[in-house]
Amino acid sequence: MPAPPVSALHAQRLSLVHAGGRVAIDALELAVQPGERVAIIGPSGAGKTSLLRVFATAQRQSAGRLAVLGADPWALGGRARRRLRRRLGLIHQAPPLPPRQRVVTAVLAGRLGRWSLARSLASLAYPADIDGARAALGRVEMADRLFDRCDRLSGGQAQRVGIARVLYQGPEVILADEPVSALDPALANRTVGLLVEEARARRVTLVASLHAVDLALAHFPRLVGLRDGRVQFDLPRPDVNDGLLRALYAQEGFLPTQHGKPFALPEVRLPEAPRCG
Amino acid sequence: MRLSLARDPAALPRLALALVAVAALWPGLRLTEFDPAVLLDPANAGPMGRFLAQFLPPAVTPEFLWLVGKSTLETLAIANVGIAAAFAVAFPLSLLTTRCLSLSSIGPARNWRRFAALRYPARLLLVLLRGIPELVWALLFVRAVGLGATAGVIALAITYGGMLGKVYAEIYESSATRPAGALMEAGAGRLQAFFYGVLPQALPEMVSYTVYRWECAVRASVIMGFVGAGGLGQQLELSMRMLNGAEACTILLTFLVLVLLADAASALFRRWLA
Repeated sequence: MPAPPVSALHAQRLSLVHAGGRVAIDALELAVQPGERVAIIGPSGAGKTSLLRVFATAQRQSAGRLAVLGADPWALGGRARRRLRRRLGLIHQAPPLPPRQRVVTAVLAGRLGRWSLARSLASLAYPADIDGARAALGRVEMADRLFDRCDRLSGGQAQRVGIARVLYQGPEVILADEPVSALDPALANRTVGLLVEEARARRVTLVASLHAVDLALAHFPRLVGLRDGRVQFDLPRPDVNDGLLRALYAQEGFLPTQHGKPFALPEVRLPEAPRCG
Repeated sequence: MRLSLARDPAALPRLALALVAVAALWPGLRLTEFDPAVLLDPANAGPMGRFLAQFLPPAVTPEFLWLVGKSTLETLAIANVGIAAAFAVAFPLSLLTTRCLSLSSIGPARNWRRFAALRYPARLLLVLLRGIPELVWALLFVRAVGLGATAGVIALAITYGGMLGKVYAEIYESSATRPAGALMEAGAGRLQAFFYGVLPQALPEMVSYTVYRWECAVRASVIMGFVGAGGLGQQLELSMRMLNGAEACTILLTFLVLVLLADAASALFRRWLA
């Protein structure tokens, strides 16, 4: 008899209260199945980043239950939590790259969780997997910057290096926090397409927060509207209608898009992404 | 007088400060029996004058120059090996003592108490190492391992190891923690996160401080020579004991050039690094 399917991410009455007493996540319920692609949308300050950080075990929830790949990360010992974390990849809105580090090293750092200390140190002397790093960078159109220093990159380029690192890491769950916020509309569209295609092809679970509603609608089969730390709606893409979106963004008074133009559902053609395995 | 004090509100505190300074210095002058007149006392001035008169011309016989050259190399070698050994002492201790790798920011690790408990003895050890001047260590080790450069190297390794370790740990703590944090969130261990997240930021400052310490080590190794720890200092001590002014002059000039060169090399290196 097959075991019951384990959610990739499962939050039950999940809450996060920041040190100052501000409630970022408020008794949130959400389950994401393995291989699902979910976009989280909502106005600024809705708790999108906080939610992804809690899912990535970067921050511990204040209350409620969280299961990541079937395990409660905060009940695990240090070693087991490390093993769990190497299966999670968080794409940061502003990736924290050491300024003087070279791009190749920053990308290779994605696999530290799987490398021994000896291999990690040897890779500092001579990069262990130049081809792998170049391939990952190539997918975000950054292969030519392989040996540049991270402080020579623009914000958008750094963001793509952060994406390449997580692609190189090859996690089972990709959590992306506004992964394309610093990219121009066309590149943003291609990059989100790449992430979704990667998730589809490798059966990776993808949860991405996006400020641009049009990108979310164009690429993701399931949308979660987040507001004031709560799920306002959680629907398959065809069921998301104009009224729901307007209610979600009521305070902002408009629907944010990549172009800054009036909102319209764009026709998007997915780029040809190289398949791995 | 009363009037002028009342006019300038800073006058009274200044006067008080001057009185305090005098009060603090006077016992010192008495205790040290400081009396410049002894320099001019004929009993002292005679030998001193003869010694100084010999300074010119400096000793330049080939045998002596060869000896000075050898001692200079020895001094440089003591400084280089001493700094390398100090680094070997400092680096592991700095990793043990720094707070930047503590997991408390990312989440409680099961064994964090054990690491926290290790941190304090390691800190105490660093204090102990740098608390005693290298000259004292050199004296001790001259007794233990005999006259020569080995004592100087060990002394430098101990004192400078303590200094470097403390400063390294502080440099790590002043660098941004998010890069290392992000790596640990992706399953990296603490040491891996250190080498990929903290070290790239800390390295320039670490190298700069280490080079500055090397410059200090060159000077220190000359001084340690006086207590028998090899190098130029030991030669200088021998020449001074013999009241051989010409030799002392040559050695002092060499010393001066060596320190100037070390200064310049260190400045050049640090500018290149910045």
